[in-house]
Amino acid sequence: MTVRDVDMSVRIGPITMKNPVTTASGCFGFGKEFADFYDLSVLGSITVKATTIEPRLGNPTPRVAETPGGMLNAIGLQNPGVELVIAQELPHLRRYEIPVFVNVAGTTVEDYVDVTKRLMDSEDVDAVEVNISCPNVKCGGIQFGTDPLQAAQVTEAIKRVSRVPVIVKLSPNVTDIVAMAKAVEAAGADAISMINTLVGMSIDLNKRRPLIANGVGGLSGPAVKPVAVRMTYQVAQAVSIPIIGMGGIMTAEDAIEFIMAGATAVAVGTANFVNPLACPEIIEGIRQYCLDHGIASIRDLQGAAWKELA
Amino acid sequence: MARLTILEHREIAENMMWLAFSAPQDLRYTPGQFLHIRVTDGVDHLLRRPISLCYVQGEGGAKSQAIAVAYRVGGKGTELLRKKKVGEELDVLGPLGNGFTLHEGDRHALLVGGGIGVPPMVELAEQLTQQGTKVTSIIGFQSANVAILQEELSRYGEVLVATNDGSLGLQGFVTDYMTEELLATADRFYACGPTPMLRAVQAKMDGKVEGYLSLEERMGCGIGACMACVTSCRMDDGSVGYKKVCKDGPVFSAPKVVFA
Repeated sequence: MTVRDVDMSVRIGPITMKNPVTTASGCFGFGKEFADFYDLSVLGSITVKATTIEPRLGNPTPRVAETPGGMLNAIGLQNPGVELVIAQELPHLRRYEIPVFVNVAGTTVEDYVDVTKRLMDSEDVDAVEVNISCPNVKCGGIQFGTDPLQAAQVTEAIKRVSRVPVIVKLSPNVTDIVAMAKAVEAAGADAISMINTLVGMSIDLNKRRPLIANGVGGLSGPAVKPVAVRMTYQVAQAVSIPIIGMGGIMTAEDAIEFIMAGATAVAVGTANFVNPLACPEIIEGIRQYCLDHGIASIRDLQGAAWKELA
Repeated sequence: MARLTILEHREIAENMMWLAFSAPQDLRYTPGQFLHIRVTDGVDHLLRRPISLCYVQGEGGAKSQAIAVAYRVGGKGTELLRKKKVGEELDVLGPLGNGFTLHEGDRHALLVGGGIGVPPMVELAEQLTQQGTKVTSIIGFQSANVAILQEELSRYGEVLVATNDGSLGLQGFVTDYMTEELLATADRFYACGPTPMLRAVQAKMDGKVEGYLSLEERMGCGIGACMACVTSCRMDDGSVGYKKVCKDGPVFSAPKVVFA
Protein backbone atom coordinates (compact mmCIF):
# COMPACT_ATOMS: atom_id res chain seq x y z
CA MET A 1 0.00 0.00 0.00
CA THR A 2 1.34 3.41 -0.91
CA VAL A 3 0.72 6.33 1.37
CA ARG A 4 1.40 9.84 0.16
CA ASP A 5 0.86 11.66 3.41
CA VAL A 6 0.46 10.62 7.01
CA ASP A 7 -2.21 11.92 9.37
CA MET A 8 -0.06 12.51 12.44
CA SER A 9 -2.75 14.16 14.55
CA VAL A 10 -3.98 12.75 17.84
CA ARG A 11 -6.46 13.89 20.46
CA ILE A 12 -5.92 14.22 24.18
CA GLY A 13 -9.48 14.76 25.38
CA PRO A 14 -10.72 17.84 23.53
CA ILE A 15 -7.19 18.93 22.55
CA THR A 16 -5.87 18.16 19.10
CA MET A 17 -2.12 17.70 18.77
CA LYS A 18 -0.95 17.92 15.16
CA ASN A 19 1.52 15.15 15.88
CA PRO A 20 1.88 12.79 18.85
CA VAL A 21 5.06 14.27 20.31
CA THR A 22 5.20 16.47 23.40
CA THR A 23 8.06 17.22 25.79
CA ALA A 24 8.41 15.55 29.17
CA SER A 25 7.99 17.99 32.03
CA GLY A 26 11.30 18.94 33.61
CA CYS A 27 13.25 18.07 30.49
CA PHE A 28 12.43 21.13 28.44
CA GLY A 29 12.47 24.00 30.93
CA PHE A 30 9.92 26.50 29.66
CA GLY A 31 11.01 26.01 26.08
CA LYS A 32 13.21 29.07 25.67
CA GLU A 33 16.50 27.17 25.56
CA PHE A 34 15.30 24.90 22.77
CA ALA A 35 13.86 27.77 20.75
CA ASP A 36 17.51 28.65 20.03
CA PHE A 37 17.80 25.33 18.18
CA TYR A 38 14.51 24.99 16.29
CA ASP A 39 11.04 26.40 15.74
CA LEU A 40 8.95 24.97 18.59
CA SER A 41 5.81 25.13 16.47
CA VAL A 42 6.79 21.74 14.99
CA LEU A 43 5.92 20.08 18.33
CA GLY A 44 2.61 18.35 18.94
CA SER A 45 2.49 20.21 22.24
CA ILE A 46 4.85 21.51 24.88
CA THR A 47 4.80 20.34 28.49
CA VAL A 48 6.69 22.74 30.72
CA LYS A 49 8.51 22.33 34.02
CA ALA A 50 6.62 21.68 37.24
CA THR A 51 5.14 24.74 38.86
CA THR A 52 4.46 25.19 42.56
CA ILE A 53 2.56 27.88 44.44
CA GLU A 54 5.74 29.40 45.94
CA PRO A 55 9.14 29.67 44.24
CA ARG A 56 11.35 26.67 44.97
CA LEU A 57 15.15 26.67 45.03
CA GLY A 58 15.38 22.92 44.61
CA ASN A 59 17.97 20.52 45.96
CA PRO A 60 21.70 21.00 46.58
CA THR A 61 24.20 19.79 43.95
CA PRO A 62 25.24 17.35 42.58
CA ARG A 63 21.77 16.97 41.15
CA VAL A 64 22.51 14.54 38.32
CA ALA A 65 24.54 11.40 37.82
CA GLU A 66 25.06 9.36 34.70
CA THR A 67 24.12 5.70 35.02
CA PRO A 68 24.26 2.82 32.52
CA GLY A 69 21.86 3.75 29.74
CA GLY A 70 20.41 6.62 31.66
CA MET A 71 20.74 9.22 34.37
CA LEU A 72 19.61 9.96 37.88
CA ASN A 73 18.32 13.41 38.72
CA ALA A 74 17.18 15.13 41.86
CA ILE A 75 16.52 18.71 40.84
CA GLY A 76 13.83 19.13 43.47
CA LEU A 77 11.21 21.04 41.49
CA GLN A 78 13.24 24.24 41.17
CA ASN A 79 10.87 26.81 39.68
CA PRO A 80 10.07 30.50 40.10
CA GLY A 81 6.56 29.88 41.48
CA VAL A 82 3.22 30.07 39.69
CA GLU A 83 3.01 33.89 39.61
CA LEU A 84 6.27 34.31 37.72
CA VAL A 85 5.54 31.31 35.53
CA ILE A 86 2.28 32.95 34.41
CA ALA A 87 3.84 36.38 34.00
CA GLN A 88 7.19 35.54 32.46
CA GLU A 89 7.42 31.96 31.22
CA LEU A 90 4.12 31.06 29.55
CA PRO A 91 3.21 34.09 27.39
CA HIS A 92 6.12 33.63 24.96
CA LEU A 93 4.92 30.09 24.15
CA ARG A 94 1.69 31.34 22.56
CA ARG A 95 3.46 32.41 19.38
CA TYR A 96 4.14 28.77 18.48
CA GLU A 97 0.41 28.01 18.29
CA ILE A 98 0.74 24.61 19.95
CA PRO A 99 -1.07 23.38 23.05
CA VAL A 100 0.74 24.22 26.29
CA PHE A 101 0.55 21.70 29.13
CA VAL A 102 1.56 23.03 32.53
CA ASN A 103 2.81 20.56 35.12
CA VAL A 104 1.47 21.27 38.62
CA ALA A 105 3.15 20.13 41.84
CA GLY A 106 2.51 20.57 45.53
CA THR A 107 2.62 19.02 48.97
CA THR A 108 -1.03 19.17 49.92
CA VAL A 109 -4.31 18.94 48.02
CA GLU A 110 -4.73 22.66 48.72
CA ASP A 111 -1.38 23.41 47.03
CA TYR A 112 -2.45 21.65 43.85
CA VAL A 113 -5.82 23.36 43.88
CA ASP A 114 -4.27 26.80 44.49
CA VAL A 115 -1.77 26.44 41.65
CA THR A 116 -4.48 25.19 39.30
CA LYS A 117 -6.87 28.01 40.25
CA ARG A 118 -4.16 30.56 39.65
CA LEU A 119 -3.32 28.99 36.28
CA MET A 120 -6.97 29.27 35.26
CA ASP A 121 -6.50 33.08 35.26
CA SER A 122 -4.02 32.63 32.42
CA GLU A 123 -5.05 32.29 28.80
CA ASP A 124 -1.79 30.47 28.11
CA VAL A 125 -2.65 27.10 29.66
CA ASP A 126 -4.34 24.43 27.54
CA ALA A 127 -4.09 21.56 30.02
CA VAL A 128 -2.69 20.90 33.45
CA GLU A 129 -0.57 17.87 34.12
CA VAL A 130 -0.78 16.83 37.75
CA ASN A 131 2.58 15.77 39.11
CA ILE A 132 1.74 13.21 41.76
CA SER A 133 4.97 11.40 41.18
CA CYS A 134 8.06 13.52 41.82
CA PRO A 135 10.42 11.29 43.78
CA ASN A 136 12.84 14.06 44.73
CA VAL A 137 10.98 16.21 47.17
CA LYS A 138 9.85 15.26 50.66
CA CYS A 139 6.09 15.19 50.48
CA GLY A 140 6.51 16.31 46.87
CA GLY A 141 3.27 14.77 45.90
CA ILE A 142 4.63 11.26 45.74
CA GLN A 143 2.26 10.13 48.50
CA PHE A 144 -0.59 11.00 46.12
CA GLY A 145 1.11 8.92 43.50
CA THR A 146 1.35 5.71 45.47
CA ASP A 147 -2.07 5.49 47.06
CA PRO A 148 -5.07 5.12 44.69
CA LEU A 149 -7.41 6.80 47.17
CA GLN A 150 -5.25 9.91 47.60
CA ALA A 151 -4.58 10.01 43.85
CA ALA A 152 -8.32 10.07 43.25
CA GLN A 153 -8.84 12.77 45.87
CA VAL A 154 -6.30 15.16 44.39
CA THR A 155 -7.59 14.47 40.85
CA GLU A 156 -11.17 15.23 41.88
CA ALA A 157 -10.14 18.41 43.67
CA ILE A 158 -8.25 19.69 40.63
CA LYS A 159 -11.04 18.71 38.25
CA ARG A 160 -13.43 20.86 40.28
CA VAL A 161 -11.36 24.03 39.68
CA SER A 162 -9.92 23.38 36.23
CA ARG A 163 -11.63 24.53 33.05
CA VAL A 164 -8.96 22.80 30.95
CA PRO A 165 -8.29 19.07 30.60
CA VAL A 166 -6.51 17.43 33.53
CA ILE A 167 -3.73 14.97 32.79
CA VAL A 168 -2.47 12.93 35.74
CA LYS A 169 1.18 11.86 35.66
CA LEU A 170 1.69 8.48 37.26
CA SER A 171 4.63 7.15 39.22
CA PRO A 172 6.11 3.76 38.31
CA ASN A 173 7.15 3.27 41.94
CA VAL A 174 4.00 1.37 42.84
CA THR A 175 2.94 -2.25 43.17
CA ASP A 176 -0.03 -1.95 40.83
CA ILE A 177 0.00 0.89 38.31
CA VAL A 178 -3.28 -0.31 36.79
CA ALA A 179 -5.04 0.36 40.10
CA MET A 180 -3.58 3.89 40.12
CA ALA A 181 -4.70 4.52 36.55
CA LYS A 182 -8.22 3.26 37.17
CA ALA A 183 -8.50 5.39 40.31
CA VAL A 184 -7.60 8.64 38.53
CA GLU A 185 -9.81 7.78 35.56
CA ALA A 186 -12.77 7.22 37.90
CA ALA A 187 -11.94 10.53 39.58
CA GLY A 188 -12.35 12.35 36.26
CA ALA A 189 -8.86 12.56 34.78
CA ASP A 190 -8.99 13.41 31.08
CA ALA A 191 -5.71 11.67 30.31
CA ILE A 192 -2.80 9.91 31.93
CA SER A 193 0.87 10.54 31.37
CA MET A 194 3.27 7.81 32.33
CA ILE A 195 5.82 7.12 33.57
CA ASN A 196 7.65 9.50 35.86
CA THR A 197 11.16 8.42 36.92
CA LEU A 198 12.03 5.28 38.87
CA VAL A 199 13.60 5.93 42.26
CA GLY A 200 17.27 5.01 42.15
CA MET A 201 20.66 5.60 43.72
CA SER A 202 24.29 5.65 42.73
CA ILE A 203 27.17 5.54 45.22
CA ASP A 204 30.48 7.39 44.95
CA LEU A 205 33.11 4.77 45.88
CA ASN A 206 35.68 7.36 46.95
CA LYS A 207 33.37 9.31 49.22
CA ARG A 208 31.35 6.24 50.25
CA ARG A 209 28.23 8.34 49.96
CA PRO A 210 25.38 8.59 47.45
CA LEU A 211 26.59 10.47 44.41
CA ILE A 212 23.55 12.72 44.31
CA ALA A 213 23.33 15.20 47.19
CA ASN A 214 19.69 14.30 47.74
CA GLY A 215 20.66 10.62 48.17
CA VAL A 216 18.00 9.18 45.92
CA GLY A 217 17.16 10.44 42.46
CA GLY A 218 14.84 9.66 39.60
CA LEU A 219 16.14 7.27 36.96
CA SER A 220 15.36 8.14 33.35
CA GLY A 221 16.67 7.37 29.89
CA PRO A 222 16.77 4.22 27.76
CA ALA A 223 17.35 2.07 30.87
CA VAL A 224 13.73 2.58 32.01
CA LYS A 225 12.06 2.14 28.62
CA PRO A 226 11.06 -1.53 28.92
CA VAL A 227 9.41 -0.81 32.28
CA ALA A 228 7.54 2.15 30.82
CA VAL A 229 6.42 0.22 27.75
CA ARG A 230 5.17 -2.66 29.90
CA MET A 231 3.20 -0.31 32.16
CA THR A 232 1.73 1.54 29.18
CA TYR A 233 0.71 -1.80 27.65
CA GLN A 234 -1.06 -2.81 30.87
CA VAL A 235 -2.75 0.51 31.60
CA ALA A 236 -3.90 1.11 28.01
CA GLN A 237 -5.96 -2.08 28.17
CA ALA A 238 -7.50 -1.16 31.50
CA VAL A 239 -8.60 2.46 30.95
CA SER A 240 -10.38 4.29 28.15
CA ILE A 241 -8.76 7.73 28.56
CA PRO A 242 -5.74 8.56 26.38
CA ILE A 243 -2.21 7.93 27.57
CA ILE A 244 0.84 10.08 26.94
CA GLY A 245 3.60 7.46 27.06
CA MET A 246 7.14 8.28 28.10
CA GLY A 247 10.30 6.80 29.56
CA GLY A 248 13.58 6.63 27.66
CA ILE A 249 12.35 7.62 24.21
CA MET A 250 15.44 8.46 22.16
CA THR A 251 14.28 7.62 18.63
CA ALA A 252 11.16 7.44 16.47
CA GLU A 253 11.22 3.65 16.85
CA ASP A 254 11.06 4.05 20.65
CA ALA A 255 8.08 6.39 20.26
CA ILE A 256 6.28 3.91 17.98
CA GLU A 257 6.87 1.17 20.55
CA PHE A 258 4.93 3.22 23.12
CA ILE A 259 2.13 3.90 20.62
CA MET A 260 1.87 0.21 19.78
CA ALA A 261 1.75 -0.48 23.54
CA GLY A 262 -1.33 1.74 23.66
CA ALA A 263 -0.14 5.32 24.09
CA THR A 264 -2.00 7.98 22.11
CA ALA A 265 0.84 10.48 22.36
CA VAL A 266 4.41 10.32 23.59
CA ALA A 267 6.72 12.61 25.54
CA VAL A 268 10.44 13.00 24.97
CA GLY A 269 12.47 13.69 28.09
CA THR A 270 16.10 12.83 28.73
CA ALA A 271 16.83 12.70 24.98
CA ASN A 272 16.50 16.51 24.91
CA PHE A 273 19.53 16.77 27.20
CA VAL A 274 21.67 14.68 24.85
CA ASN A 275 20.37 16.05 21.58
CA PRO A 276 18.54 19.39 21.60
CA LEU A 277 17.01 18.43 18.24
CA ALA A 278 15.62 15.13 19.56
CA CYS A 279 11.93 16.13 19.31
CA PRO A 280 11.89 17.34 15.68
CA GLU A 281 14.02 14.35 14.65
CA ILE A 282 11.62 11.94 16.35
CA ILE A 283 8.56 13.61 14.78
CA GLU A 284 10.13 13.35 11.33
CA GLY A 285 11.16 9.76 12.06
CA ILE A 286 7.61 8.76 13.00
CA ARG A 287 6.28 10.29 9.79
CA GLN A 288 8.91 8.45 7.76
CA TYR A 289 8.15 5.17 9.52
CA CYS A 290 4.47 5.51 8.62
CA LEU A 291 5.31 6.35 5.00
CA ASP A 292 7.67 3.39 4.75
CA HIS A 293 5.07 1.03 6.24
CA GLY A 294 2.00 2.30 4.40
CA ILE A 295 0.33 3.65 7.52
CA ALA A 296 -2.12 6.45 6.71
CA SER A 297 -2.75 7.59 10.27
CA ILE A 298 -0.56 7.29 13.34
CA ARG A 299 -3.76 6.44 15.22
CA ASP A 300 -3.85 3.14 13.33
CA LEU A 301 -0.84 2.01 15.33
CA GLN A 302 -2.26 2.88 18.72
CA GLY A 303 -2.47 -0.32 20.80
CA ALA A 304 -1.39 -2.43 17.83
CA ALA A 305 0.57 -4.69 20.17
CA TRP A 306 -2.61 -5.97 21.79
CA LYS A 307 -5.59 -4.92 19.66
CA GLU A 308 -7.10 -7.64 17.52
CA LEU A 309 -6.37 -7.32 13.85
CA ALA A 310 -9.29 -5.72 12.05
CA MET B 1 25.60 20.83 17.02
CA ALA B 2 28.01 19.33 14.58
CA ARG B 3 30.03 16.27 13.77
CA LEU B 4 33.62 17.39 13.75
CA THR B 5 36.68 15.48 12.60
CA ILE B 6 39.47 14.83 15.07
CA LEU B 7 42.74 16.35 13.85
CA GLU B 8 45.00 15.77 16.87
CA HIS B 9 44.61 13.63 19.96
CA ARG B 10 47.50 12.91 22.29
CA GLU B 11 48.49 12.69 25.93
CA ILE B 12 50.32 15.83 27.07
CA ALA B 13 50.76 14.79 30.71
CA GLU B 14 49.64 11.84 32.80
CA ASN B 15 45.97 11.28 31.91
CA MET B 16 45.81 14.78 30.44
CA MET B 17 44.77 14.78 26.81
CA TRP B 18 45.04 17.33 24.04
CA LEU B 19 42.22 17.06 21.51
CA ALA B 20 41.88 19.20 18.39
CA PHE B 21 39.10 18.92 15.83
CA SER B 22 37.89 20.68 12.74
CA ALA B 23 36.14 23.96 13.52
CA PRO B 24 32.36 24.08 13.01
CA GLN B 25 31.10 26.43 10.31
CA ASP B 26 30.75 30.06 11.30
CA LEU B 27 32.34 29.44 14.65
CA ARG B 28 31.65 32.16 17.20
CA TYR B 29 33.27 31.90 20.58
CA THR B 30 34.71 33.68 23.55
CA PRO B 31 37.45 32.25 25.75
CA GLY B 32 35.96 30.52 28.78
CA GLN B 33 33.10 28.96 26.84
CA PHE B 34 32.83 25.18 26.73
CA LEU B 35 32.10 22.45 24.23
CA HIS B 36 29.59 19.77 25.12
CA ILE B 37 30.96 16.54 23.71
CA ARG B 38 29.44 13.08 23.36
CA VAL B 39 31.96 10.39 24.22
CA THR B 40 30.06 7.67 22.36
CA ASP B 41 27.15 7.43 19.94
CA GLY B 42 25.56 4.61 21.94
CA VAL B 43 23.40 4.99 25.03
CA ASP B 44 25.90 3.61 27.58
CA HIS B 45 27.31 7.03 28.35
CA LEU B 46 24.37 9.20 27.58
CA LEU B 47 25.34 12.63 28.82
CA ARG B 48 27.71 14.96 27.09
CA ARG B 49 30.95 16.07 28.77
CA PRO B 50 31.51 19.81 29.15
CA ILE B 51 35.12 20.63 28.22
CA SER B 52 36.54 24.14 28.11
CA LEU B 53 37.62 25.60 24.83
CA CYS B 54 41.40 25.90 25.00
CA TYR B 55 42.59 27.32 21.72
CA VAL B 56 41.22 28.22 18.30
CA GLN B 57 43.52 28.13 15.34
CA GLY B 58 42.63 30.74 12.73
CA GLU B 59 40.76 33.98 13.05
CA GLY B 60 37.26 32.89 13.98
CA GLY B 61 34.17 32.58 11.80
CA ALA B 62 34.77 30.87 8.49
CA LYS B 63 38.50 31.43 8.86
CA SER B 64 38.85 29.12 11.86
CA GLN B 65 40.69 25.95 11.05
CA ALA B 66 40.74 24.00 14.26
CA ILE B 67 39.46 24.11 17.77
CA ALA B 68 41.33 22.49 20.64
CA VAL B 69 40.48 21.39 24.15
CA ALA B 70 42.43 19.68 26.90
CA TYR B 71 40.76 17.25 29.28
CA ARG B 72 41.60 14.94 32.12
CA VAL B 73 40.76 11.24 31.90
CA GLY B 74 38.95 10.75 35.17
CA GLY B 75 36.27 8.17 34.57
CA LYS B 76 34.75 5.69 32.16
CA GLY B 77 33.31 8.40 29.90
CA THR B 78 36.56 10.27 29.37
CA GLU B 79 38.32 6.89 29.07
CA LEU B 80 36.08 6.21 26.04
CA LEU B 81 36.83 9.65 24.65
CA ARG B 82 40.57 8.97 24.97
CA LYS B 83 40.18 6.00 22.60
CA LYS B 84 38.90 8.19 19.74
CA LYS B 85 41.42 8.37 16.93
CA VAL B 86 42.50 11.07 14.52
CA GLY B 87 40.11 11.06 11.57
CA GLU B 88 37.12 9.88 13.62
CA GLU B 89 34.17 12.21 14.13
CA LEU B 90 32.92 13.69 17.37
CA ASP B 91 29.40 14.93 18.15
CA VAL B 92 30.00 18.41 19.54
CA LEU B 93 27.51 20.97 20.81
CA GLY B 94 28.66 24.52 21.30
CA PRO B 95 30.63 26.57 22.14
CA LEU B 96 28.15 27.11 24.98
CA GLY B 97 27.83 29.37 28.00
CA ASN B 98 29.13 32.78 28.92
CA GLY B 99 32.87 33.15 28.60
CA PHE B 100 35.31 35.69 29.96
CA THR B 101 34.67 39.39 29.38
CA LEU B 102 37.65 41.23 27.95
CA HIS B 103 38.07 44.87 28.88
CA GLU B 104 39.77 47.13 26.38
CA GLY B 105 42.21 49.42 28.08
CA ASP B 106 43.34 46.88 30.68
CA ARG B 107 47.12 47.06 30.83
CA HIS B 108 47.82 43.95 32.84
CA ALA B 109 45.74 40.85 33.57
CA LEU B 110 46.46 37.91 35.85
CA LEU B 111 45.41 34.54 34.48
CA VAL B 112 45.01 32.00 37.26
CA GLY B 113 44.52 28.34 36.42
CA GLY B 114 44.49 25.22 38.56
CA GLY B 115 44.87 21.74 37.05
CA ILE B 116 42.27 21.12 34.38
CA GLY B 117 41.24 24.77 34.84
CA VAL B 118 44.36 25.89 32.96
CA PRO B 119 43.21 25.20 29.34
CA PRO B 120 40.78 28.15 28.92
CA MET B 121 43.62 30.51 29.83
CA VAL B 122 45.40 29.84 26.53
CA GLU B 123 42.74 31.34 24.23
CA LEU B 124 42.16 34.08 26.80
CA ALA B 125 45.88 34.94 26.78
CA GLU B 126 45.80 34.99 22.99
CA GLN B 127 42.92 37.45 22.86
CA LEU B 128 44.18 39.66 25.70
CA THR B 129 47.57 39.90 24.04
CA GLN B 130 45.93 40.83 20.74
CA GLN B 131 44.13 43.76 22.36
CA GLY B 132 47.36 44.92 23.99
CA THR B 133 46.86 43.67 27.53
CA LYS B 134 49.96 42.22 29.16
CA VAL B 135 49.28 38.83 30.74
CA THR B 136 50.90 37.01 33.62
CA SER B 137 49.81 33.40 34.07
CA ILE B 138 49.82 31.79 37.49
CA ILE B 139 49.15 28.08 37.18
CA GLY B 140 49.04 25.32 39.77
CA PHE B 141 49.09 21.52 39.66
CA GLN B 142 49.23 18.57 42.05
CA SER B 143 52.67 17.72 40.72
CA ALA B 144 54.93 17.96 37.66
CA ASN B 145 53.56 14.82 35.99
CA VAL B 146 50.15 16.44 35.46
CA ALA B 147 51.40 19.92 34.54
CA ILE B 148 50.08 21.15 31.18
CA LEU B 149 50.23 24.09 28.79
CA GLN B 150 53.09 25.91 30.52
CA GLU B 151 54.90 26.27 27.20
CA GLU B 152 51.81 27.47 25.32
CA LEU B 153 51.11 30.14 27.94
CA SER B 154 54.74 31.28 27.98
CA ARG B 155 54.23 32.54 24.41
CA TYR B 156 52.07 35.33 25.84
CA GLY B 157 53.93 36.39 28.95
CA GLU B 158 55.46 35.32 32.21
CA VAL B 159 54.24 32.00 33.63
CA LEU B 160 54.47 31.31 37.36
CA VAL B 161 54.04 27.67 38.33
CA ALA B 162 53.16 26.15 41.69
CA THR B 163 52.81 22.48 42.58
CA ASN B 164 51.49 20.94 45.77
CA ASP B 165 54.53 18.70 46.09
CA GLY B 166 57.14 21.12 44.79
CA SER B 167 58.09 18.89 41.85
CA LEU B 168 57.71 21.86 39.50
CA GLY B 169 58.03 25.55 40.31
CA LEU B 170 57.14 26.81 43.73
CA GLN B 171 55.91 24.35 46.34
CA GLY B 172 52.53 25.64 47.40
CA PHE B 173 49.49 27.25 45.84
CA VAL B 174 48.80 29.79 43.13
CA THR B 175 47.79 32.29 45.81
CA ASP B 176 51.37 32.19 47.19
CA TYR B 177 52.42 34.20 44.14
CA MET B 178 49.79 36.86 44.74
CA THR B 179 51.86 39.42 46.57
CA GLU B 180 50.58 42.92 47.26
CA GLU B 181 53.14 44.20 44.74
CA LEU B 182 51.89 41.93 41.98
CA LEU B 183 48.23 42.66 42.68
CA ALA B 184 48.96 46.40 42.61
CA THR B 185 50.07 46.07 38.96
CA ALA B 186 46.96 44.17 37.82
CA ASP B 187 43.80 45.66 36.32
CA ARG B 188 41.94 42.37 36.13
CA PHE B 189 42.13 38.70 37.02
CA TYR B 190 40.63 35.63 35.40
CA ALA B 191 40.54 32.30 37.28
CA CYS B 192 39.48 28.74 36.54
CA GLY B 193 40.21 25.70 38.67
CA PRO B 194 39.02 23.59 41.58
CA THR B 195 36.62 25.16 44.07
CA PRO B 196 39.14 25.49 46.95
CA MET B 197 41.45 27.42 44.63
CA LEU B 198 38.67 29.67 43.37
CA ARG B 199 37.56 30.38 46.92
CA ALA B 200 41.13 31.31 47.92
CA VAL B 201 41.59 33.49 44.83
CA GLN B 202 38.28 35.25 45.42
CA ALA B 203 39.33 36.05 49.00
CA LYS B 204 42.80 37.22 47.95
CA MET B 205 41.48 39.53 45.23
CA ASP B 206 38.53 40.89 47.20
CA GLY B 207 38.58 44.67 47.15
CA LYS B 208 41.94 44.75 45.34
CA VAL B 209 41.50 43.46 41.80
CA GLU B 210 38.30 42.97 39.86
CA GLY B 211 37.91 39.74 37.98
CA TYR B 212 36.10 36.62 36.97
CA LEU B 213 35.76 33.04 38.18
CA SER B 214 34.97 30.13 35.88
CA LEU B 215 33.08 27.41 37.75
CA GLU B 216 32.64 23.71 37.20
CA GLU B 217 29.56 21.66 38.08
CA ARG B 218 28.11 18.33 37.03
CA MET B 219 25.95 19.17 34.02
CA GLY B 220 23.03 17.64 32.23
CA CYS B 221 21.92 19.43 29.08
CA GLY B 222 24.49 22.24 28.98
CA ILE B 223 21.95 24.70 27.56
CA GLY B 224 20.10 25.80 30.68
CA ALA B 225 17.05 23.56 30.53
CA CYS B 226 17.59 20.80 33.09
CA MET B 227 18.63 22.90 36.11
CA ALA B 228 21.25 20.34 37.18
CA CYS B 229 24.32 22.59 37.37
CA VAL B 230 23.17 25.41 39.64
CA THR B 231 25.51 27.38 41.89
CA SER B 232 24.83 29.92 44.64
CA CYS B 233 25.21 33.49 43.49
CA ARG B 234 24.57 36.99 44.79
CA MET B 235 21.65 38.35 42.76
CA ASP B 236 21.23 41.96 41.61
CA ASP B 237 18.86 42.64 44.51
CA GLY B 238 21.42 41.39 47.04
CA SER B 239 19.70 38.10 47.82
CA VAL B 240 21.41 34.75 47.30
CA GLY B 241 19.92 32.43 44.71
CA TYR B 242 20.88 29.86 42.14
CA LYS B 243 22.42 30.58 38.76
CA LYS B 244 22.99 27.99 36.07
CA VAL B 245 26.68 27.24 35.51
CA CYS B 246 26.07 26.12 31.91
CA LYS B 247 24.01 29.09 30.74
CA ASP B 248 24.57 31.99 33.15
CA GLY B 249 28.20 30.87 33.54
CA PRO B 250 30.53 29.08 33.56
CA VAL B 251 32.20 32.48 34.02
CA PHE B 252 30.82 34.74 36.73
CA SER B 253 31.93 38.11 38.05
CA ALA B 254 34.00 37.07 41.09
CA PRO B 255 32.11 38.92 43.85
CA LYS B 256 28.81 37.38 42.68
CA VAL B 257 29.90 33.83 43.48
CA VAL B 258 28.85 32.58 46.92
CA PHE B 259 30.86 29.55 48.01
CA ALA B 260 29.22 27.13 50.43
